[in-house]
Amino acid sequence: MPASASRDRLTTPVAATAAGGPALGLPRWLWLPALVGAVFVLLPLVAMVTRVDWTRFPSLLTSQASLDALTLSLKTALAAVVLCVLFGVPMAVVLARTQFRGQSIVRSLVLLPLVLPPVVSGMALLYTFGRRGLLGHTLDVLGLSVSFTTTAVVMAQTFVALPFLVISLEGALRTAGRRYDVVAATLGARPTTVFRRVTLPLVLPGLLSGAVLAFARCLGEFGATITFAGSLQGTTRTMPIQIYLSNASSDPDAAVALAIVLVVVAVLVIGFARQGRSAV
Amino acid sequence: MKNPLKKSVVAVVAAAALLPLTAACGSSDDSSGSGGGSKTLTVFAAASLTDTFTKLGKEFDAKHPGVHTKFSFGGSSDLVSEIQSGAPADVFASADTTNMDKLTSDGTATDPKNFASNVLEIATPPDNPAKISSFADLGKAGTKVVVCAPEVPCGSAAQQMEKKTGVKIKPVSEEQSVTDVLGKVESGEADAGLVYVTDVKAAGDQVKGVPFPQSSEVVNTYPIAPIADSKQSALAKQFIDFVLSADGQKVLRNAGFRKP
Repeated sequence: MPASASRDRLTTPVAATAAGGPALGLPRWLWLPALVGAVFVLLPLVAMVTRVDWTRFPSLLTSQASLDALTLSLKTALAAVVLCVLFGVPMAVVLARTQFRGQSIVRSLVLLPLVLPPVVSGMALLYTFGRRGLLGHTLDVLGLSVSFTTTAVVMAQTFVALPFLVISLEGALRTAGRRYDVVAATLGARPTTVFRRVTLPLVLPGLLSGAVLAFARCLGEFGATITFAGSLQGTTRTMPIQIYLSNASSDPDAAVALAIVLVVVAVLVIGFARQGRSAV
Repeated sequence: MKNPLKKSVVAVVAAAALLPLTAACGSSDDSSGSGGGSKTLTVFAAASLTDTFTKLGKEFDAKHPGVHTKFSFGGSSDLVSEIQSGAPADVFASADTTNMDKLTSDGTATDPKNFASNVLEIATPPDNPAKISSFADLGKAGTKVVVCAPEVPCGSAAQQMEKKTGVKIKPVSEEQSVTDVLGKVESGEADAGLVYVTDVKAAGDQVKGVPFPQSSEVVNTYPIAPIADSKQSALAKQFIDFVLSADGQKVLRNAGFRKP
């Protein structure tokens, strides 16, 4: 345990370690770069807030285009998170609780959308589910056409957000360990019962924060969506795409208003995710 | 792993997920020239000018030793907002007069000159799966048509064309620029896209062009102007003169652009 190791080396009482803060004697020079970094991150946000046209703010947010984008974003992000949970939880459990050949490779590949440029993810989806994609013909025969539909938006979001859920949940599963699972199993619980009654409740905070992160990623999704799904008001034009369009053309004020909404959501999400983490 | 570290990683990841929302994929610098060039001219030009202006830039550089012409191509409206927020442009070439007017009205650009014009054409995948042969075909139910958003020049041209012809198009997507429309057609996702004649020509075998007679009723005029506070104003003027010269016009004509 790193915490106890550092405690051994310290001459200060344990209470000070627990309280944290300046009692530990932080090197003074650390403050400057920390401050610069913080300002660098916060100043652009402040700058954006200064650009808000507050008198028009309510009307900008309630314009039909904004409302459509807002509802579409919320609906698709929620649907995508449900999919992420349905697929991501089993994926995380398999990755955390089993060992098989090439597991580390599988893990890296599953997490790939995390680092891929979203546009590339969109292209990959297009080459898979598009009309001329790998599965395009099969889908066509089944009478399913996903491109330019809201389904495509949900797929794009699921694709890019899934790793967020898998990575947080896998971490939570590993931290939680197998002790309780083993106890439950020796007491005669079947694997499904152990999973449902022991494993899942133990990692619920991790699952929640993972789901919140995935939700945030979905809300912010831009590149994969515009590449794979297109951009049509009410069908595929989510908040980020609406922001991009408004900012570039007709109405930068509307873009700023919508952006502020997303920033507020982001702040809430970070707060929530941190809380979920500390509960682990 | 220490818990606080994990916490901050999660927080940073959350921030990373949400904040770079407006990361635009529009403009791109062609800053290949490193040494040699003592002067750099930066030209912001509409996406539909990508091929011709790249060519013109090379010819211009060849005629002016020590000069390197850099381009940023993008949707005209994107470029206008970039220039208004202080992007270092010396020359701006717009795909329509509306966007140029935004810069001239506040004095950011001065003395615009029209150097080309462009008309719309239908682009379909090479095998034309929906058998599009006229503008009216774009209005048929079940045809997947992609157009530009009304906010960008090619989109407003498409809207005017709808009005003129009385054909109501129900697009499956309204893209940010002509290149995005072409992308959807080239990949075969869309049955047809409404782009400029020059875009069809530039796309080569990737798409099939379907000209329509009404196209000449909606003409987009391309103006070019120097940016007022440019540090390369003499060079900017020379570049604009070159675009307007017989040599420059020939390159534009070859690409399918019409006289202004």
